[in-house]
Amino acid sequence: FLSYTIDEYLLDTNLSLSSLTASRRGLPQKKMSENGISRPKVLTLDTMNPTVKMVEYAVRGPIVQRAVELEKELSEGIEKPFTEVIKANIGDAQAMGQQPITFFRQVLALCSYPELLNLDNTFPEDAKNRARLILQSCGGSSLGAYSPSQGIDYVRQDVANYIERRDGGVPCDPDNIYLTTGASDGITTILKLLVCGQGIDRTGVMISIPQYPLYSAALAELGAVQINYFLNEDNCWSMDIQELQRAVNEARQHCHPRALCIINPGNPTGQVQSRDCIEDVIRFAAKERLFLMADEVYQDNVYAEGCKFHSFKKVLFEMGPEYSETVELASFHSTSKCYMGECGFRGGYMEVINMDDDVKSQLTKLVSVRLCSPVPGQALMDLVVNPPQPGEPSYNCFIKERTATLSALAEKAKLTEKILNTVPGIRCNPVQGAMYSFPCITIPDKAIKEALEKGQQPDMFYCMTMLEETGICLVPGSGFGQKRINEGFVVMTILPPIDKLTILLNKVKEFHQRFTKQYS
Amino acid sequence: MTKLHCIFMQGVKKPFREVIDVAWGDAQGAGIKPLTFVRQVLAACLYPQLLDSNRLPTDVKQKARGLLSECHGGSMGSYTDLPGIPQVAREISEYIARRDGGDPPKTGNIFISPGSQWALQNILNLLVHGHGEVRSGVLTPIPCHVTTIESLHSLGGVSVPYYLSEEHGWELQMEELNRALEYAKQVCAPVALYVVNPGNPPGHVQSKKSIQDVIRFALEKRLFLLVDEVYQDCVYADNVEFVSYKKVLAEMGPPFSDTVELASFHSASKGFLGEAGLRGGYVELVNMDPDVIKYACTIFSKDTAPTPGQIALSVLANPPRLGDPSYPLYEMETQQMQTMIKANVRRVHEVLDSLPGISCQPVEGGAFAFPRVDLPPKALQKAKEMGMEPDTFYCLRLLEESGAFITPGCEYGQKEGTYHIRYTLLNDIMLMEVCAINHILINCRHF
Repeated sequence: FLSYTIDEYLLDTNLSLSSLTASRRGLPQKKMSENGISRPKVLTLDTMNPTVKMVEYAVRGPIVQRAVELEKELSEGIEKPFTEVIKANIGDAQAMGQQPITFFRQVLALCSYPELLNLDNTFPEDAKNRARLILQSCGGSSLGAYSPSQGIDYVRQDVANYIERRDGGVPCDPDNIYLTTGASDGITTILKLLVCGQGIDRTGVMISIPQYPLYSAALAELGAVQINYFLNEDNCWSMDIQELQRAVNEARQHCHPRALCIINPGNPTGQVQSRDCIEDVIRFAAKERLFLMADEVYQDNVYAEGCKFHSFKKVLFEMGPEYSETVELASFHSTSKCYMGECGFRGGYMEVINMDDDVKSQLTKLVSVRLCSPVPGQALMDLVVNPPQPGEPSYNCFIKERTATLSALAEKAKLTEKILNTVPGIRCNPVQGAMYSFPCITIPDKAIKEALEKGQQPDMFYCMTMLEETGICLVPGSGFGQKRINEGFVVMTILPPIDKLTILLNKVKEFHQRFTKQYS
Repeated sequence: MTKLHCIFMQGVKKPFREVIDVAWGDAQGAGIKPLTFVRQVLAACLYPQLLDSNRLPTDVKQKARGLLSECHGGSMGSYTDLPGIPQVAREISEYIARRDGGDPPKTGNIFISPGSQWALQNILNLLVHGHGEVRSGVLTPIPCHVTTIESLHSLGGVSVPYYLSEEHGWELQMEELNRALEYAKQVCAPVALYVVNPGNPPGHVQSKKSIQDVIRFALEKRLFLLVDEVYQDCVYADNVEFVSYKKVLAEMGPPFSDTVELASFHSASKGFLGEAGLRGGYVELVNMDPDVIKYACTIFSKDTAPTPGQIALSVLANPPRLGDPSYPLYEMETQQMQTMIKANVRRVHEVLDSLPGISCQPVEGGAFAFPRVDLPPKALQKAKEMGMEPDTFYCLRLLEESGAFITPGCEYGQKEGTYHIRYTLLNDIMLMEVCAINHILINCRHF
């Protein structure tokens, strides 16, 4: 969704790629004033912070720009071989029609406009009580007051309780909980603390390939060294300790590896790491002295039989004090995914384990620069970690909605795998969790040739062609770091409603068959 | 949290029942009620079932429906695109045009963020070279609220102070700006000038002439202008008016109007809205290089403002108007706040200026009074013994005696040998009296 937003902006300001290219060709950026004196700008590409320039390559999205252009053309009545553009590349559940949880929205509405508490029959009693409790915990009893930078105490306590329950009683100290503006804010903040050094001592951060572009963008912006480790496609995208070892050994020649990022369940691959694998990773991190960053925003999105979400925190503590008292870990969660899909509220938290006290003070200082995270998001997080319980008035409705959403996702995950695997030339690993499928597509040699002639990666060419012919917008795997010659990967969300998803998948199937025939 | 708060939290004995927090610029935290209209719109957007009831005025419903129709999936829970919910971006653009005259700015030059400080840090990120031999510098006022400085430092930038002139009502003086810039060139590569208007903590509102001088300075010395205007709706003095840097720049014509690079910041956290917790702010960019704007998009698109914050911005930019059903209530609520704050300002001057050892420059705008406190040698000695700044010591004493929590001037910067205290005007008048009484007590008893 990152590149989508930039490109829509470009269209709005009537900038075209060609005008930017002209200036990059070295034409002077000078403005002539009335008396003919040239005045170069203070802030140009040359004078800009150089690390910002690196960020471009991680978030470029020509395909999404084209999708936006096509949408505009459709709205202007220009005929296309399709009637709508389907942006099947963004992990935004509610944009795709998923309904929010009623209880959550009721409590938030009550918190926003407490006069509603006086209405008799509009809201259930438990929603009202919850709103009162949350408001009491806010400064001036209002969502509009600043909260402490670390987050509202009451909410952090509830988060700690949730983590303890989830992890079978492993203790959680609320003082280690920070409420953040979505998970990405927490991730960026921790990375800021970790990145230091010059030259060969420069911080290196290990990230999985395929990866979610936030990480490479953040690392580029901070000027950190990106260390890629490849997930094992043949084993359902599992983590491979040998591969981690290879990556870190190689990295030590040119940087100082300090952190290891894991996304579990994975994005875009959807793999749910086994408990054994998590233990191996923790042992590896301890041995190589790496700070572990566990992005667990999809923790409720687990579909495959035999797969279970194990939090890094829980496994760490169950491995005993040799690890639980030494390995430094930050775990991240968010209100944007799972069954909530509340991306717009920017709610999130991180739990920080075994962080050096002095560094923790610096962390506290860093988060205070943000003043505080959005209070409605904090309130929402409170509801997520402390939902209605059996016996409470809203419980039945809540559990029904939650179950419906999660089971629909599970069904869509299976459907996606099933349909895509019936297509010769497409193979799709089971979607064990998260919100995406990551199928591998075979691209005919002739198509590869044409792509390279056009100066495009083959999977980009494939996606562009699909977009023009079907209106379906997928992101090519090269955007996620994976590159191969005659095979490409694409990312597709499983989020559209099931009937729409079925149509979508069949269109992809038809397109692929046409494409293969055309370029055979 | 300030250092003072930390000292207090370490368990000072308390002869009072509760801490009276007169420290922060947090209206709602201080108990001031939010505007009804904002909260009704927010509730309706959060729980659209309310749109079917007759509980809410028609203009609330209309606004909520309009905003939701432009959200993906018709829901506040979706991500929004870079310019924000399109209606909000348009409303901000039209607001700027109404405020300043002239054409509405392109929405592509307006970036919405989770609060104005977030936007400021993003712009600083574009400007500041934080590594290597020569680091970028930004001229920052003394006194200044701490967040911007810390934000700059966290990017590796250098803050170079320029002193506001207390004797002249905390005015910005050009000789001082020049001096600061010359000094800056020795320690860094100065790239920008940060101005807060209306000021924080001093309540000075910049005159048009002063703004023109600063703009000329920025052009001549090649500095990017960062203008923090979050208190633009908080002006109290009768003969004083807020005028935006953008407007003055436009009126100055070329070469200024088409050359000087300007970033103006505003927020829903202050003013009548006071919705600090919702995190809604924006920056308007003027004359920025289009190539650089492309990178600004990359930075801003990573963290768009949360949807509740965008709704607050929508009301900020496009409040109820005369003839709308919600207008009478909106007008009454905003008037009430204005009256209260103006009364507080009057009281500040009446009470504080009459106290021995306290003097306060006229508070023309903003959210704070920033009086100077003359501390006798005995107090300075005691503070030294305790290893504290004298004004921190003063504030701690006030806190211990009366529970009134204010912040010391050393946390904002001040001229060597002077001491100040900052407290908010967004509060009950009685608290002013509490502070005054306790100041006298402290003076008599301790010093």
